[in-house]
Amino acid sequence: MFHPSAEMKELQRSKPVVQVELPDGSTSWLITRYDDVRQVLVDPRFSRAATVGRNVRRIGPASASGDSILSKDPPEHTRMRRLVAGAFTARRVEALRPRVTKLVDEFIDHMFTLPQPADLVENFSLPLPVQVICELLGVPAEDRHIFHEWSDGILGDESRDPQEIEEAFARLSGYFGRLIATKRAAPGDDLMTALIAARDAEDRLSEAELVGLCLTLLIAGHETTANQINMFLLVLHEYPEQLERLRANPEMIPQAVEELMRFAQLGTSGGGLPRITTEEVELGGVRIPEGAAVIPVLTVANRDPALTTDPDRVDVARPLTTHLAFGAGVHHCLGAQLARMELQEALRGLLGRMPRMELATPADELTFKNGMVVRSLRALPVRW
Amino acid sequence: MATWRVAVSGECVASGSCLGIAPAWFARRDDGQSYPTSVLIEENAAVLDAAACCPVEAIMLSDAETGEPIELA
Repeated sequence: MFHPSAEMKELQRSKPVVQVELPDGSTSWLITRYDDVRQVLVDPRFSRAATVGRNVRRIGPASASGDSILSKDPPEHTRMRRLVAGAFTARRVEALRPRVTKLVDEFIDHMFTLPQPADLVENFSLPLPVQVICELLGVPAEDRHIFHEWSDGILGDESRDPQEIEEAFARLSGYFGRLIATKRAAPGDDLMTALIAARDAEDRLSEAELVGLCLTLLIAGHETTANQINMFLLVLHEYPEQLERLRANPEMIPQAVEELMRFAQLGTSGGGLPRITTEEVELGGVRIPEGAAVIPVLTVANRDPALTTDPDRVDVARPLTTHLAFGAGVHHCLGAQLARMELQEALRGLLGRMPRMELATPADELTFKNGMVVRSLRALPVRW
Repeated sequence: MATWRVAVSGECVASGSCLGIAPAWFARRDDGQSYPTSVLIEENAAVLDAAACCPVEAIMLSDAETGEPIELA
């Protein structure tokens, strides 16, 4: 659960740029070294837009991928990204910190009223980021019980019936369509209202792009952070000396969040979204032809000895921030600063107010939901 | 056409966003942080996009003559 596979490590050592056959019979190039992965993410010759209509791994339904910000290249990507970038800058995120600190306290207060063991997923790691992204976007957070199942469906992986993913997407799109209509009639002070204005007053978005962007922000804004909170706790309980160090030195939390981001694997596959080459490219001394699918394997790149010494050891004091857990280049996680802040405040709250928290179920007996592109825990029972 | 001064502050978190949006105008140092390939440039839409998309607002654009910051919105 805590390390990239031995096969991936071996590829990184001996065949860092290699063509492989995937389980579905298609071929892709796997890229496993840090420098090469970073180049794939940053270099415009590795295109996301060219993946639309191709048989490559994707998030969400095939039918909508062309409208998604995740499947665009500059300058189209830049047009959409500029509309939302301002809401997620470090400065704007810092202004949200007091609110997040308060929410962390409230969720922990509530947990103290529950019988033990209590489920951390249901009572903390999921509702916290849901509340934050909902307030930012202007979505009623109490609708979590309505939209969360659709959100899970959209994050389905290739083992799922594609029709199920299409239906989940249609339902969540319908939900956002109604919400957007309500906000058109009664604008709020939120990001969705700003995006509606960009669509209606300035024609900077199509209607499908507007719905797709809201939906992407909602999903990416909570399932990832929720499960990183879970994964961080699992890693810290696997390495109790690191947990003790952090409890004793909470000022190390921002650094620890970077190290835990580098170390923990959020995605089921460990790979980033595939790219397609727009021309022949030489990468790590290997020629990749035009039109080839390329998968940058982020998790193993973060364990490259060329990035940092002793990379398979978790060290909450490691002075390193150039990991690739948020990706890089134009698709670098829009919510990276927000995620960092939420993860810092979540750890600060949990370690500070539940200093004796322990897992009520051994880590190897915990189960992830089936068929998801992120490793999403069903439950995380804890005592404190 | 105005001349701009381009600078990248120490706030840079090595997201590589500018390298993807305006590859001719930014490059990466060994420590991962970005730097402008030219400090003085003719006003340029891609550089403006890169500054507007930087997650930590580390790219600072100013009018080379007056020193006035360039509006990003």
